[in-house]
Amino acid sequence: MNAPQTPEESVTAENPAAPAAEPLLTARDLAVYFPVFSKLVARLHHVERLLRAVDGVDLEVRRGEALALVGESGSGKSTLALALAGLQPVDHGQIQLEGRVLPSHRSRDDRRRIQMVFQDPYSSLNPRLTVGSMLGELLRVHHVVPRDQVRSVSADLIRLVGLDEGALGAYPRQFSGGQRQRVAIARALALRPEILVADEPVSALDVSVQATILNLLRDLRQELGLTLLLISHNLAVVRHLCDRVAVMYLGRIVEVAPTEQLFRDPRHPYTRGLLAAIPRLASNTAGDPAGEAGPPALVGDPPSPLNIPAGCRFRTRCPIAQPRCEREDPALVNGPGEPGHLAACHYAFTPVPATTSAPTVPEQA
Amino acid sequence: MTESQTGNVLEVEDLRVRIASRRGVVRAVDGVSFEVPRGEALGLVGESGSGKSMTLKAVLGVLPAEAQVASGQVRLDGTDLLTLDQHTLNRVRGPKISMIFQEPMSALNPVMRVGQQISEGPRIHLGYSRAKAQERTLELMRRVGIPDPERRYRAYPHEFSGGMRQRVMIAIALSCEPEIILCDEPTTALDVTIQDQILRLLARLCQESGVSLVFVTHDLPVVAQVCQQVAVMYGGQIVEQGDVRDVLLDPRHPYTLGLVRSAPDVEYVQDSLRPIPGAPPSLIDPPDGCRFHPRCDFVEDDCRTGTVALRLLAGDRATRCLHSERCQQALAADRAAQ
Repeated sequence: MNAPQTPEESVTAENPAAPAAEPLLTARDLAVYFPVFSKLVARLHHVERLLRAVDGVDLEVRRGEALALVGESGSGKSTLALALAGLQPVDHGQIQLEGRVLPSHRSRDDRRRIQMVFQDPYSSLNPRLTVGSMLGELLRVHHVVPRDQVRSVSADLIRLVGLDEGALGAYPRQFSGGQRQRVAIARALALRPEILVADEPVSALDVSVQATILNLLRDLRQELGLTLLLISHNLAVVRHLCDRVAVMYLGRIVEVAPTEQLFRDPRHPYTRGLLAAIPRLASNTAGDPAGEAGPPALVGDPPSPLNIPAGCRFRTRCPIAQPRCEREDPALVNGPGEPGHLAACHYAFTPVPATTSAPTVPEQA
Repeated sequence: MTESQTGNVLEVEDLRVRIASRRGVVRAVDGVSFEVPRGEALGLVGESGSGKSMTLKAVLGVLPAEAQVASGQVRLDGTDLLTLDQHTLNRVRGPKISMIFQEPMSALNPVMRVGQQISEGPRIHLGYSRAKAQERTLELMRRVGIPDPERRYRAYPHEFSGGMRQRVMIAIALSCEPEIILCDEPTTALDVTIQDQILRLLARLCQESGVSLVFVTHDLPVVAQVCQQVAVMYGGQIVEQGDVRDVLLDPRHPYTLGLVRSAPDVEYVQDSLRPIPGAPPSLIDPPDGCRFHPRCDFVEDDCRTGTVALRLLAGDRATRCLHSERCQQALAADRAAQ
């Protein structure tokens, strides 16, 4: 059993303000499939047997950064997060931690290093354990601290997330939603992870409570030098908290860029649609026929992950789709002169050929 | 339907809803009044427990068994719905007033074909023949943007995506040409691109058919996109009311200000979000004076006692705050700091 680091070591080991270029966690051609029909049924009905939830993902998480994974439901972002955290078996590809390939059965220490916070704090906490026993069990099982320090370290943890020490004796039902999410964060931090994977950590909370949890996550990242992987559909939250954003669509990553660059200059038509679809407080268009009731940012529903279109998987909803998109599946490539800005679109960094018919939805500047 | 734009479709006056619980009587809705002009959309915003959904349910007369309307009036075209018996009420729901719920999968009948569910209303309320109702259903399905309606008519709700199910809900709500549709968080369960489609659809229907909307949501930007008027609810009461743009961009109640300040904005990055301290009040034993005073930054002695009434401000808006000028000062300071 590896001796766990003290928190001071993990904080000072690297400078969180300047993330090193070396990736901490890497996914290489990662795929997760869910069998939804038996082989027989699939053959009889000529349907796809496997739901390709994550379908060939390459992703690097750098030490000390906050990376967001955004996309609509069914895009595979939660499955990818579970796979990275080691909670979901992988069907293809590999996951590397500091360049070392993680086996399908991870060692206890590898599991300790990546911890997760889930969306719904009402179902992710054991209702029959007090907060103190929940944290104590983790600390003992993983030998994080000597047994005689379990109590005091639990108290430190609960104070770290902004709760009162008295919370240790309470059951989850005695807390509000925001307080439960604090407990869930304390539980994830108990093992002194290097990477915190947070799957929609504020979606189940009221607006005014969301702010407290977002502030807490940001402060913890600075204090502990945590690497944060945030899964969210809320782009405002992402912009507030994250350094880089990866956009997912139907099991693939379609664009990766530093946050401000993505918001300023999105290159994938899906990202552009996603950004345009966000209701904005300041730009009220009510009463303005062209703005309010005009065409939506993106038409149609995402296709079923059981029936992924050939070629580019976004082409069925794409306002600038070309014949080429039907034939060739675009790779996630770096834009010329834009290091760190990757997009999986034939026309992300080159203009759309002018000879073809006009797109149905005007492209944004 | 090109009726005059004047006059109110719905007038709610001093509505009070009580819920009996073991720990006492919960005053879930405590003196709520608002009007919805014809063809306009009113947003009701607030956090969970603020009474916004209870208000809607009381208006439609579908309160849960333990909840009761204690007093008030709900006038639809001048008729007080609260005095109607069940039979008369059933003839109002559908042709005059209808509702769209948050989760379409639980609001639709899973074992009935979608087409039948949409045509049920016209058959019963408008006396349409089977063939005429089907014709109307297909037209409605086209209007709400369901592709291939002839084939989809015979489908069941589980064969639809979330966005398509919500379109079916909207078609049902529209089926008897109501004057007002109550929407309870209609897009909360949907993805942002689908939400965008549904919001635009609702806005278009509002313009085309002159139907009015009451739109309950916790999402301020959604209200900004759909509604002309907004009422902010806190602790069972309306604390601020007025034009959407005025209220959300220039709030005059510290709770509205708190909501606006605590939400991250996609347009720019704040250093730090400012959550509202504390927790919402108990509705069994609400605090004296202003209900928001225990959480308010601007609290003064006069906020702690008596009752604070909704008072009118210039510009056709109202606030339940005695020191609303403090909000203006705080906002001015915010803008200067940016």
